Amino acid sequence: MNKKQSGLLEEAKKSVLLMPSVLLLLVFFVAPILLTVYYSFTNLALSGENARQLKFIGLSNYFTMFKDRTVRISIGNTLVFLLGSLIGQQVLGFIIALNMRNKNRVFRGIVGPIFLAGWIMPEVVVALCCSTFFGDSGTLNQIFSFFHLPQVEFLFAIPMLTVILANIWHGTAFSMMNFQSALDGVPADIEEAARVDGAGPFQTMIRIILPCIKNTIATNTMLNTLSTLGVFGLIYMMTGGGPGTKTLTLPIFMYRQAFISQQLGYGTAISMILLVIGIVLSVFYTRIMRND
Amino acid sequence: MKKMKRIQAAALASVMALSLTACQGAGGKSETQGGSTAAATQKETEKPADQTTAAAGKTKISITFRNDGSDVLKKWFEHAYETYDKKDSIELDIAPITASEGDYFAKVALALQSADTAPDIVCEDTFQLPSDVAAGYLTNLSSYLKDYKEWNDGTFYGALVDGVTYDDGSVYGIPYCTDTRGLWYNKDVFAAAGLDTNWQPKTWQDVLDTCKIIKEKCPDVVPFWCNSGVATGEATSMQTYEMLLYGTGEQLLDNNKWIVKSDNILKSLNFISTIYKDGYGPSLSKVLNGEAGNIASREYLPKGKLAISLDGYWMTGNYKETGAAPWPEYKDKLGIAAMPTSEGQAPGSITMSGGWALSIPNLSDQKDAAMDFIKHCMSYDVYLDTIIAQGNIATRTDIAKDASYSSQPFMETCTGFLSGAFYRPRNSQYTTVTTHIQTMVESVVSGTSPEDAMAQYKSDVTNSVGAENVVEK
Repeated sequence: MNKKQSGLLEEAKKSVLLMPSVLLLLVFFVAPILLTVYYSFTNLALSGENARQLKFIGLSNYFTMFKDRTVRISIGNTLVFLLGSLIGQQVLGFIIALNMRNKNRVFRGIVGPIFLAGWIMPEVVVALCCSTFFGDSGTLNQIFSFFHLPQVEFLFAIPMLTVILANIWHGTAFSMMNFQSALDGVPADIEEAARVDGAGPFQTMIRIILPCIKNTIATNTMLNTLSTLGVFGLIYMMTGGGPGTKTLTLPIFMYRQAFISQQLGYGTAISMILLVIGIVLSVFYTRIMRND
Repeated sequence: MKKMKRIQAAALASVMALSLTACQGAGGKSETQGGSTAAATQKETEKPADQTTAAAGKTKISITFRNDGSDVLKKWFEHAYETYDKKDSIELDIAPITASEGDYFAKVALALQSADTAPDIVCEDTFQLPSDVAAGYLTNLSSYLKDYKEWNDGTFYGALVDGVTYDDGSVYGIPYCTDTRGLWYNKDVFAAAGLDTNWQPKTWQDVLDTCKIIKEKCPDVVPFWCNSGVATGEATSMQTYEMLLYGTGEQLLDNNKWIVKSDNILKSLNFISTIYKDGYGPSLSKVLNGEAGNIASREYLPKGKLAISLDGYWMTGNYKETGAAPWPEYKDKLGIAAMPTSEGQAPGSITMSGGWALSIPNLSDQKDAAMDFIKHCMSYDVYLDTIIAQGNIATRTDIAKDASYSSQPFMETCTGFLSGAFYRPRNSQYTTVTTHIQTMVESVVSGTSPEDAMAQYKSDVTNSVGAENVVEK
């Protein structure tokens, strides 16, 4: 057996070993996505005449979407929710990580898990906790009344802020962990050198620490963006997208159209907006990362 | 090397973006099948895949209905089974769906699409029926009804038979209840506010004036409650919006086109807006909740925390000994007034009427057995017990004459409302339009101006049914 043959054999072996995972990806991942794209061009419905005869209707769903006020409202809501969550989670996560840096292990061991609790909890539990916390006679309002502050119907008066806060509580720990490991990787000697050269804490932060963890910030932003875009359960359980359309984000609007108004085809078309937003933002972030 | 990394990063990014949408689709689906809503949708409905042959070689029929927290329907089917003469050869699988109303219809529509999940009998709200028939989910019962004596001799009310008859002239369900709506009021609260306990408002303004007095005299009491949210689903459309709209003299459809903009829509929304702006309504956290109807009828009204509730006759089922919130004195403490038309114009008062029917899914494999069991469920004695327990209005004329039924409190008044009752459009697009009504009402309740809410409704309905099917007035 010569060298070339054994190389081919090696390749073939690799391909055979990869087959199962490729197959699984195709069947459970690529196929459903393609099917979703296809359905967005049909009149698929849960009930009614259209449920009996699936028809290809071209771009009709998309034309409807452009005329639909609610689509515009929910895109706006989605972006507000995304931006609020991103800023909140990252800033808070970074501050916590920074404060926990160089602290002793006991301190980290106690504080870390407290923040992690919000993250490891399933979405349902988070929604339930936050609903009771922000509820009319919930914990926060009881604290308010203890200090003789006016009662606030958080879920109705400021619903968007409330769900953003809930999502921040849920997601901060993830950012904290990312930043923690990045900060641990910042070489101590560079920082020390800066300090010796007379840089204050603020300057060290801006000129040394942030540039060192730039890539982590970008990756973290991207991961958070994609997971926040898809948040459904949290908002659905806390406000159901309401009151009115005040917390109606794209995933909830999609669910309502598909399963409550029973227009599955239109619902899948709406999910395509999410896909587009996701892709655009991901490309944007990778561009930023590339510029180093 | 660096370039490689960039490509990898870009690839990674797009894969993640794609997976996001994939999760979306899957997430949405699982939500309806077993997921959770504010009203805690539980999964207790999945029935065993093999439904044809049960353990002892019996024929198994399964029955699906919505579990709303009371077990009257479950008791009905259990009782029917106990008294069933074919008990030895039939096994009954009671498979309720615990879900909010909107989710119930979605779950049923999904279940009816596959022979593995389709039950043999399903409870259908008559407004959902045309849509499910159009989708081909339900069995045409005409051939099964040929030898159903009571069906053919006029025992069932004609208007209700119409309600389960599709455009093709065939029957797709056996109606098992109907209802009327009105203004229920707590006489103790009225007395405390110095109001006449024999109340009958003539116009909407009368209702608002009464609310004002109650608010002044009894500040701890919620003056007025009507279903107002998306979470309460069809109840918001029918018990609140349509009761108002039809009271202005307008209907949802004009010559088979949906009216999406009119003064009367505005007038109806303004009434709702006034209720909440002037503080006559309950707090939004109570009313925009899937449990709102139950909170009002089972908790607030009996305890005197609520003065007036716009709701259906079935509400009284809660107060019976067998009900979810027994209230022995309800006969004397509760009053019923007809819902007036907007300015008291003829006919003076109005009610919407709906109801539920027992249908057989097209994919059921035990249609004969299912039909036989339905007949037994609807037989005089079995049906009499349940219709009293449900607190609903009977669909059989002979039951209406039974003393134990007709002597129930408020029965005469509420049955009387039926004579001028309006029914929801028998149009398969209604299932979609009704969800837009709910969004419109909830928007108004939570502070959106009636004009904006109507503009939203116009956009939503036009998008759903097509511009050729809507009209402005």
